[in-house]
Amino acid sequence: MEVGFSLRSEAAGVMRTALVSAENLQLTLKPEPSQEEQALTHTSSPKEAHKAGNEDLKEMLESNKESLKLEAMKRIVGLIAKGKNASDLFPAVVKNVASKNIELKKLVYVYLVRYAEEQQDLALLSISTFQRALKDPNQFIRASALRVLSSVRVPIIVPIMMLAIKEAASDLSPYVRKTAAHAIQKLYSLDADQKEQLIEVIEKLLKDKSTLVAGSVVMAFEEVCPDRIDLIHKNYRKLCNLLVDVEEWGQVVIISMLTRYARTQFTSPWKEGTVFDENDKAFYDSDSEEKKDQTQQPYVMDPDHRLLLRNTKPLLQSRNTAVVMCVAQLYWHLAPKHEVSIVTKSLVRLLRSHREVQYIVLQNVATMSIQRKGMFEPFMKSFYVRSTDATHIKTLKLEILTNLANEANISTILREFQTYVKSQDKAFAAATIQAIGRCATNISEVTDTCLNGLVLLLSNRDETVVAESVVVIKKLLQTQPTQHSEIIKHMAKLFDNITVPMARASILWMMGEYCERVPKIAPDVLRKVAKTFTAEEDIVKLQTVNLAAKLYLTNSKQTKLLTQYILNLGKYDPNYDIRDRTRFIRQLIVPHEKSGALSKYARRILLASKPAPVLESAFKDRDRFQLGTLSHSLNAKAAGYQELSDWPAVAPDASVRNVEVIEPVKEWVPIAGKAKQQKSDDKFYSDDEDEKEEEGSDSSGSEASGSSSSSSSSSEESGSESEEESSEESEKTSTDSGKSCSESESEQKKKKKTKRAALKTSEHTAADSDSDENGNGPMDQSGSSSSLESSSDSETDSEDDSDSDSPPPQKKTPAKTKPKAAVKSKKEVSLLDLDDFSPAPTNTPQSSVFSSSLLSDLEGLSLSNVSSTMQVTTPSFGPVKTYELLHHMTGKGLSAKYHFPRQPCLYQPSMVSVQVILTNSSDHTLEEIHVGDRSPASLNIHCFNTIERLEPQASVTVSMGIDFSDSTQAANFQLCTKEDQFSVSIQPAVGELLMPSSMTEQDFCTEQKKLQGMNETSATVAMATANTSSQAISKQVLSVANVGVVSSGQSNVGRFAGRTVSSGAVVLVSLELQETSSALLTINTEKSVMASMLLRDLKQALAQA
Amino acid sequence: MIHSLFLINHSGDIFLEKHWKSVISRSVCDYFFEAKEKAVDPENVPPVLQTPHHYLITVYRGKLFFLSVIQTEVPPLFVIEFLHRVADTFQDYFGECSEGVIKDNVVTVYELLEEMLDNGFPLATESNVLKEMIRPPTILRSVVNTLTGGSNVGDMLPTGQLSNIPWRRAGVKYTNNEAYFDVIEEIDAILDKSGTTVFAEIQGAIEACVRLSGMPDLTLSFMNPRLLDDVSFHPCVRFKRWESERVLSFIPPDGNFTLMTYHVSSQNLVAIPVYVKQNISFFETGSCGRLEITIGPKQTMGKTVEGLMVTIHMPKAVLSVNLTATQGNYTYDLATKVLVWDIGKLNPQKLPNLRGSLSMPSGVPKPEENPSLNIDLKIQQLAISGVKVSRLDMYGEKYKPFKGVKYVTKAGKFQVRT
Repeated sequence: MEVGFSLRSEAAGVMRTALVSAENLQLTLKPEPSQEEQALTHTSSPKEAHKAGNEDLKEMLESNKESLKLEAMKRIVGLIAKGKNASDLFPAVVKNVASKNIELKKLVYVYLVRYAEEQQDLALLSISTFQRALKDPNQFIRASALRVLSSVRVPIIVPIMMLAIKEAASDLSPYVRKTAAHAIQKLYSLDADQKEQLIEVIEKLLKDKSTLVAGSVVMAFEEVCPDRIDLIHKNYRKLCNLLVDVEEWGQVVIISMLTRYARTQFTSPWKEGTVFDENDKAFYDSDSEEKKDQTQQPYVMDPDHRLLLRNTKPLLQSRNTAVVMCVAQLYWHLAPKHEVSIVTKSLVRLLRSHREVQYIVLQNVATMSIQRKGMFEPFMKSFYVRSTDATHIKTLKLEILTNLANEANISTILREFQTYVKSQDKAFAAATIQAIGRCATNISEVTDTCLNGLVLLLSNRDETVVAESVVVIKKLLQTQPTQHSEIIKHMAKLFDNITVPMARASILWMMGEYCERVPKIAPDVLRKVAKTFTAEEDIVKLQTVNLAAKLYLTNSKQTKLLTQYILNLGKYDPNYDIRDRTRFIRQLIVPHEKSGALSKYARRILLASKPAPVLESAFKDRDRFQLGTLSHSLNAKAAGYQELSDWPAVAPDASVRNVEVIEPVKEWVPIAGKAKQQKSDDKFYSDDEDEKEEEGSDSSGSEASGSSSSSSSSSEESGSESEEESSEESEKTSTDSGKSCSESESEQKKKKKTKRAALKTSEHTAADSDSDENGNGPMDQSGSSSSLESSSDSETDSEDDSDSDSPPPQKKTPAKTKPKAAVKSKKEVSLLDLDDFSPAPTNTPQSSVFSSSLLSDLEGLSLSNVSSTMQVTTPSFGPVKTYELLHHMTGKGLSAKYHFPRQPCLYQPSMVSVQVILTNSSDHTLEEIHVGDRSPASLNIHCFNTIERLEPQASVTVSMGIDFSDSTQAANFQLCTKEDQFSVSIQPAVGELLMPSSMTEQDFCTEQKKLQGMNETSATVAMATANTSSQAISKQVLSVANVGVVSSGQSNVGRFAGRTVSSGAVVLVSLELQETSSALLTINTEKSVMASMLLRDLKQALAQA
Repeated sequence: MIHSLFLINHSGDIFLEKHWKSVISRSVCDYFFEAKEKAVDPENVPPVLQTPHHYLITVYRGKLFFLSVIQTEVPPLFVIEFLHRVADTFQDYFGECSEGVIKDNVVTVYELLEEMLDNGFPLATESNVLKEMIRPPTILRSVVNTLTGGSNVGDMLPTGQLSNIPWRRAGVKYTNNEAYFDVIEEIDAILDKSGTTVFAEIQGAIEACVRLSGMPDLTLSFMNPRLLDDVSFHPCVRFKRWESERVLSFIPPDGNFTLMTYHVSSQNLVAIPVYVKQNISFFETGSCGRLEITIGPKQTMGKTVEGLMVTIHMPKAVLSVNLTATQGNYTYDLATKVLVWDIGKLNPQKLPNLRGSLSMPSGVPKPEENPSLNIDLKIQQLAISGVKVSRLDMYGEKYKPFKGVKYVTKAGKFQVRT
């Protein structure tokens, strides 16, 4: 490199001639690579050529020339890059692992990492080379050896990896320690059983003072044990202080982790008594008012909380958009309300970045702008749409502008919208019309203006624009009880020309709804549509029937015959929904001997006044997700999403973060002047610290770089010293914190309940308006999706409702409306979202973690107050244990693994659902994979459908249902392919034979009383120290058995309830903490065999930390 | 975090794949292709997609899709930012980021990807560190390599990665020590039909090219730092110094880099350098339209406007155009319906004018909206916001460097609505 530089700068002239000759040379050299290319292209075509090509490579690899070997490796890497299979070269390649040539070596590593998993036995040959390299004096060689060793996914070498990681974690070089932190995650994903040992390593590395290590080890922490928040306490202040100097990717990870941490450790900085979604008022509050408030309710921010906010603020200036977004979300979730607005500018700056960045940032701004208009209002113009923006960017900007609209700026925004309505992008124009509708309902001053504007749009030439206008006008008219018969008449005139079904249906619905205001026109419209009835879309037909029925009730003289005609047509319609509706309507309105009480109320049923729909932002409920996360972006819980906990009512003990004052060793001073001097922790919050840093940065420079290596080693020493000292202390405090944690938790719950009560009223109204929407004809399914079934369902539903109690929704019990509200709001989102975030198709087999969250959602629907506590106690499901069903060696290439997804079985309720992952690791296609004979023959299995073809390297996940009849006897069956049959067996752990059941504490106790004596099994178990917190306990229990957590008033008792899958017998588990290290475990169930097995499993799980 | 990366070209072929954990079948891309099909325009493909088992995050750069497969929760911007960084690195190494170049250098690309990510977590993304480990290909080196069997993998091990200034490599030596700074400002504006400014703001960046030996410590100060409303820095800039003194103090990376970007607040009045008089109309009958555009200088601070260009996305109905330009020449792409008028230098004495007729098929209704004009321009030796660098000092090294500052103003997203 250096040579190259001096060459270039000194002899530019010589260089030029060299370049010319080089070009000539290249030309002459050209034929060789083209041959290669031929070889490469050949590989894709016939098999023989493929083989021949690889033979050729094999020869090259076995030759003595380095250059030939290198050439061969380059071509092989080319094959890998293209996704071609080069696994048959494994023996030839692996020989070169000890090569002296660095590039060759690196390429061999690339190959090895790619194929080691498939050729485990051969891969073992290379391990000794790495083991030797781990002892190399050069830190880079040590690091790269560890990197490759840990990337080779061969389960047999797990112990070797573990040993290597442990050694590397105490290496003198921070770079090697960083690699060790990366290796932790790799080992964990290979073998989750090593968790406990890995946590020890993480704990050790968290204490590391090097900025290089910090990001990587926190990443490992997040992946392996995100719930072990206790490990962070001692390192919290250090992480906050190092943050600025950590590399940018590490910053992102650390900040997200600290956000979560802070939410569990500090009390809320948000003023008491204000609801979370307060609007801009707090923002406008002057400081003096703020102070007054504080004197009334003294809230003092924890100094550590302040430290975090202060140290993350400079990162808003980072060039890395992910860092900026991460700091923004930290402020949003942690800072006092009046401080959040400092992130605004930085977020607006990100809008200059790439399209994808804009997309994510705008999504987050949209969510923020709903709650805090004031934050973004000054920057409103930055959200103006340009004609060159991508459609999803435009839609998001529109969303934000709509959120920002208020009385003051509405005229500006409406003027801007006028430009958008004319856009060539018709989808965007339609979205603008929706937005205008929302503005009109939200700001009553402009409702009339908007309505008039929309009426003008009715004469637009574009059909989508007109249709959208009709739909929005319909909604607006509903909100406006005043007379608007002119507009209705106008729309009746338009009926002839509009062809978009949704718009036609809207007009018909409006005619029916307001038929008394336009008594002359409505029958005429019915007459027109009767003529074309058979040719209409289903949605229009339904509304035609509705209109006919309503007119029949109000004006039967004129419309009797017409109605009969339409009902006759409907009776023989090909669509069963329409036939259904027709039959229903006929029974309801036509007087009949048999038609009893119902037809008396026909008028009240059909002509009940329908409350107006609420036009809401699609981002309204996005704030249930942490900002900046993937889940927020998708508006669905992503796998591994960690929920932010609510603020604790009382802060846990702050002293756990205290670090003993270490004797002032010269710390490893970072060079780049951003340097920080050694700080003893009593100085953390003192103001003069900044000045000191200033000095430090001035004085640092070249001399600091010289001393870096020596000082790093000294810091290492000090690190180990402090470790010894602190280890005793930490043990003490950890038990302490455990207690305080659980205490605060119960308090937290209380607080939640009160909050809930406060929110209840608002929920009421939300739920009301929402069920009302159902009564509004077809429009609430406006826009997109909504299969016909669902639309008709909701229609009939609502009509049934209104039938049972005529001033309909107000009387509903909250328990009934709440779940509905939840479902509904989700649907709303997908409707308004346009096509950007289509929710995952649900019929395909889903990943287990996802489904478990789905399950908890479902539970939330059934009993909402239980679910809230469930969320607290079961923060996350650990990674699901996977078992081997068929090894690929015995299965002739077919390998199968299975796990229990813990979701209710779709096929039969008495079955346990099992997901099997079939992988074809052979080099030919496997055909007709299916389940063959089973034993015992009575075994009830729901098999998966036969898999016709499984390509090489492909894998497929199938789900089965097995009825184990509540016994752990293995289910034996045969897994067959076209040629072969393999006997396999699935033996369930006893905990998998259960399903969680949700019950209250009282129910639990009464059930428990019924199951005493013979049915009770209990034992005293030894508890690992790490398992004393209630969270850890429930985690351990849930990892063993599929049971539900019962919310408990006592902090020292954990209760879990479940039912056996087959017979539905109740299984109750309760765990009473006695002293720090032991607990009384009691299991109550009729199935005494299961009880003893479960007891054994639980005992084992709780004993190991 | 990032599980796999697929590079996909414009027509939907996967031409490179790399896995950092276990291998994921490329069939996962089918979900992306489905979305791409639906979106029609590649720009409109949603960047984040959900599939039953994975999440796909895509970045579209230089007609290529960088598609990453994610399995668990991760901040989407983290992935997006990283993918752009990968594209930047390719650009840095090979001069451009295109399918051809990547295919030609597939081994280097693979080596780069291997170093940039470990187990899906970014390891080395600083171009200085990477270049120490994997040398960028040059013609000379490729010749030498083929003749001697040498390699483009550095035999030196990267020391930069260890230090606290990973952006700078150790032992830099130049015979000519020089430091150049380009202050580049872009005007983002929306003008309405009548020429009044709907929205305007200035975005600036300081691009640096620093070739200095040893470990120089630079301080750059502004005449009027108060103008800068919002800033973001290269990691080398010491934020504390900026907070307290409003100077940029940093140990620079070696070579080209973006020192800072800034934003001049939209509250300040922004000088708009040109005015546009336009008249585009479509007739109800006769299936044609007329277009006339004149551009003149407005607030140019006495400098000449260069590189003037007008781009118009015509409505789909416009079949062809028949125009005459008094200056420069125009092209009309029939497939994409984009009219480009390349004017060049703006002469205040003789204003450039483009006029003529637009033809449409008969029977098609006239377009609702007139197309908006996107303007491109460049003014040398001027920072439109008035930002000025006052001085550059160097500490830590003895030699005297050659210093230079250049100002340029460009049009950013400059749009005129009609």
